[in-house]
Amino acid sequence: MPVSAASQSQAQRKHSFVEWGLIAVVIAYASLLLLGPLAAMVWGAFSEGFARFWSEITSPDVLHALKLTVLLGGGATALNTAFGLAIAWVLVRHQFKGKRFINGLVDLPFAVSPVIAGLMLILLFGRDGWLTPLADAIGLKLVFSVPGMLLATTFVSLPFVIREVMPILSQVGTQQEEAAYTLGASPWQTFLRVTLPTIRWGLLYGISLTLARALGEFGAVLVVSGGVSGLTETATLFIFRSLDDRNYVGAYSVALLLALISFVLLILIELFKARRVES
Amino acid sequence: MTARALDPQLQQPISPVLVPRPWGTWGIRFVAISYLAMMIVLPLTAIVKTAFQAGPVAFLHELASPIAWEALKLTLLVSTITCVINTVMGTLTAYVLVRFEFPGRRLLNALVDLPFAIPTLVTGIMLVVLYGPQGIASAWLEGLGIQVIFAKPGIVLALLLVTFPFVIRSVQPGLIEAEKDQEEAAFTLGASKWGTVYRIVLPTLLPAILTGRLLSFARAVGEFGSVIIVAGNIPGITLTAPVYVYGQIESDNQQGASAVSVILMTLSFTLMLTVDWMQQRKEEVRHAG
Repeated sequence: MPVSAASQSQAQRKHSFVEWGLIAVVIAYASLLLLGPLAAMVWGAFSEGFARFWSEITSPDVLHALKLTVLLGGGATALNTAFGLAIAWVLVRHQFKGKRFINGLVDLPFAVSPVIAGLMLILLFGRDGWLTPLADAIGLKLVFSVPGMLLATTFVSLPFVIREVMPILSQVGTQQEEAAYTLGASPWQTFLRVTLPTIRWGLLYGISLTLARALGEFGAVLVVSGGVSGLTETATLFIFRSLDDRNYVGAYSVALLLALISFVLLILIELFKARRVES
Repeated sequence: MTARALDPQLQQPISPVLVPRPWGTWGIRFVAISYLAMMIVLPLTAIVKTAFQAGPVAFLHELASPIAWEALKLTLLVSTITCVINTVMGTLTAYVLVRFEFPGRRLLNALVDLPFAIPTLVTGIMLVVLYGPQGIASAWLEGLGIQVIFAKPGIVLALLLVTFPFVIRSVQPGLIEAEKDQEEAAFTLGASKWGTVYRIVLPTLLPAILTGRLLSFARAVGEFGSVIIVAGNIPGITLTAPVYVYGQIESDNQQGASAVSVILMTLSFTLMLTVDWMQQRKEEVRHAG
């Protein structure tokens, strides 16, 4: 189609005045909203020099907070990967009453404000909580403590793996799995050798989204941690406390560090997404 | 996709080979459902029960307290404004990213997802450093007589930033799929360039735009981390509903916190179910056609 090809290349070669206007509007909007603030934070973190930035992010409080953040992020991701796979499998491969209802419930953590997630845990495990007697009986303290924060982080990052794995599972169907069964493979072997390789990029995509969400969680953890500084302080909580203490460079430095970690995760996310689309 | 995946009769998920292994099947189903029951159903029940524990009158009384009511109204207002701006700018951004070549396009396209990855607390800090009272742009903004941070515009800015990807990412696939054929056909048949966009492009994108804006609204209603940093949280003026809930938890008013939470959750969850339903319908239409 010569006409279409000609007009297409023409459209790519030069834009009209209006089109350049639209491009300018979009770039200006993204700069005001995203690029400008991002650049400002980098400037804020380095405003008193690199040495100050470095001493802020290597202070004992920050290192402890980062360790806890990584621990919570890793723990929540592990839990949600294992259980998320099981849930995705059941929701795609099994037929039973109430499946649609359960499927709808999975999205709830996306719809719930993180603060509300924290409130739920306080109601269950706080003073006079429903499950407090049970938790006390097994000697587990869930509010104002690390296990409670893990539970909060797990809650807010729960849907990602399920939502990324489900469409792939339903798309590939059961043919290959059945072939493996028929040839004598055990269900576990079938899962490891047939199912897992098929869903791996989607799964990795879901895992990286989970991790990004878990590392950056703030609201739910703020409510559940009780602000025992040092003991139950994550990186985001450290930033929040530093702002209150007017330690602005400290807050900006750790914020920049978290932003950098998000960047790396974002690159991974884009990579996995591209691979998922290819396969 | 094989015919098997499309034909509902052939797609019987439980294969006959699986039936002799009922223990494994029941085991995994039990694990999956228990996890969701513990993590979602139980906490949800706790919050609804607490909200209504003193009866519906007390529930309404909590909502009607002036500060709670103002907070809910503010949340609706700023979420709506965010939604409107997002609809226009998100659609425009998606259109420009898909249809035009320009320097920096790839970079911009990659940056669109950044707000999904960056912690929202960090988002708030980014905005305060640039637009805040001691911020880089403060002198300029003061000259214009605009206060952004610790005022309503700051809240809208934060919500715009955290919901930036939603409309763009739901509109983009449709735009790519629609290709330029239709547009060019209309153009060749004598429609003006912008007439084509208005008559051909926008109507086909409407469902995607609607999906994107519902999702961004649901997200905006619950946003906390960035808002608590930029809003200033003055009761009745810049205190949003999620920040109000936080305040009530801190002052040990669990029933008040739960009542406002129930309203927020119902709102977001209804919107998300609507999106799910719309997407399912779209799939069905595609399969039928």
